[in-house]
Amino acid sequence: MFEKPRGVKDYLPDLAAKLRRIEWRVLETMARWGYRQIITPTLEYYDTVGLASSTANERLFKLLDNKGTTLVLRSEMTAPIARVVASLLKDEALPLRLSHHSNVFRAIEEEAGREWEFFQTGVELVGDGSPEADAEVIALMAECLKAAGVREFKIALGHIGVLSGLLEAALPERPDERQTLRECLLHRNYVGYRAALKGMDLAPGARADLERILRLRGGREACDDALSVVRDDASRAALGHLRDVWDALQVYGVGGHVSIDLTMVGNFSYYTGLIFEGYAAGLGFPLCSGGRYDNLLASFGRPAPATGFALETNRIVLVADDPPEDGRRMLVLYRKHRREEAILHAMALRREKDAAVETVFVPEGTEIGPEADGEGKWRFKGRRYDMVFRFDE
Amino acid sequence: MDREVGKDGKKTMAEQSRIRLKAAIPKGRIYKKAAALFREAGIPVPDDVDDTRKLLVTLEEAGIEVILAKPADVPTYVEYGAADIGVVGKDVLMEENRSVYELLDLGIARCRMSVIGLPDWKPAIHPRVATKYPNIASRYFRERGQQVEVIKLNGSIELAPLVGLADRIVDLVESGQTIRENGLVELERMFDITSRLIANRASYRMKSGFVDEVCDRLQAAIDRREARVP
Repeated sequence: MFEKPRGVKDYLPDLAAKLRRIEWRVLETMARWGYRQIITPTLEYYDTVGLASSTANERLFKLLDNKGTTLVLRSEMTAPIARVVASLLKDEALPLRLSHHSNVFRAIEEEAGREWEFFQTGVELVGDGSPEADAEVIALMAECLKAAGVREFKIALGHIGVLSGLLEAALPERPDERQTLRECLLHRNYVGYRAALKGMDLAPGARADLERILRLRGGREACDDALSVVRDDASRAALGHLRDVWDALQVYGVGGHVSIDLTMVGNFSYYTGLIFEGYAAGLGFPLCSGGRYDNLLASFGRPAPATGFALETNRIVLVADDPPEDGRRMLVLYRKHRREEAILHAMALRREKDAAVETVFVPEGTEIGPEADGEGKWRFKGRRYDMVFRFDE
Repeated sequence: MDREVGKDGKKTMAEQSRIRLKAAIPKGRIYKKAAALFREAGIPVPDDVDDTRKLLVTLEEAGIEVILAKPADVPTYVEYGAADIGVVGKDVLMEENRSVYELLDLGIARCRMSVIGLPDWKPAIHPRVATKYPNIASRYFRERGQQVEVIKLNGSIELAPLVGLADRIVDLVESGQTIRENGLVELERMFDITSRLIANRASYRMKSGFVDEVCDRLQAAIDRREARVP
């Protein structure tokens, strides 16, 4: 066996075809919403895009170019696109709607369902900080999941500002304790969160509020409940924004797929506002995620609010209904003396039919025999064909 | 506990649809304690399964399928979504470091993780620590600025200092009887351990109603227990 590095994998024809069909459907959906695709390089500078990506240092694949400068294999697409928007596209008026489709690289050890190289298809909406923009990208994400053939899915919606405001109000000038609580939520450790709260010197009301936030999940009522708990201005503004997005999502008709969770912290440090994550029945891992990153563009010199998402298509392929195969497979078998007829026939089929047409030369003295498989199809060398044309007489 | 089983041994559609939640519960030390707590919470998990070879038990009325797993594998079943929720010791959770929700402290199977050695233990020139928990042990000593060689063993850890494989061990201590019987002493208490209820990231969203229901029932049962013990 010729080995490959662990963490990367081969996609054989059936899986590759399914993956490409899904990606094509998703990209077409994005195009219909006015998002234009851009392609950025696989390699970026570590000092700029690498650091802005906020992928943990030890998870970046780094290499040196011929001048000794450190490069990274892109670990996500948001930072490279921010670089392009702030440089090459700096004269294009905002808002900009861009889509991307590429492989990204992260060295992740012993984390289930993760590979070092994976495929992402996503969008970035740059230059619009309103709830309208948040709702648009979330609704588009839902449409993309449907287009990809994911039937049953849920999108969890949170807002960084709610928790930050709440923690700031309850623990002013105590950043270490705030960080402890945030870390617990980041690691989904509710037991640790409650235990940490117990050990902190807090006003009784604040403690109860911080405990209640763990159960504030659901629809618009979760926002309303939270508004009754939250007293600080920052959190109230964040909740108002979240409620606005929720209402807009009802208009898009995707309300049934969305639920609010105020404990979401977001896995990227550049997130500043609304964040979201998608899950499907039958898969234990998130399929897609995204959020608002209003400060990232400023680090490339063009301050602008922005939001976006990425679908992890190599996970989606595991749960998506396989869309019907595009076209049929046909086989043209020929002996040398009938080559011209066979090839012309194949060329005509390729032009006229919605089909994949394979030509196979069969030398004299070799059995030509495709076999009928009893279901109206044919078998040749172990593969199935809808139609067979023989040029051997 | 009879199940409808289709011709190919797979569950029939009718049965599949009745299962709302799959719960991984570890066989062994924790099982009976977990089962008792679940029963107090109104979820009729059978009391005794250790004498059966069954790996799956369906609780028809509760709509729950119980997966009887090896303790160390529970976080894996839950992380991949093969089980929606699971019961697991904090020791395993810390060692495995899986991406799951840690929802409840069940307060059962209470014990502690400790550093253990011979009574006359003195710092060694080349310290070696034997343990079933290499990740926990490495992290613990690293955080204290100590360089130790961690040796992974699969059981009977107490042997290691007795035969000179290691000068200390890191292991669970419940009553302390085992270490006393082997002439060892607890040198440092690392942290307390109880069993936790964990949930898969996707199940926590897709089945939030059922997960919350199980959580609330268990929490109520835990509260009743704590009320009884002053």
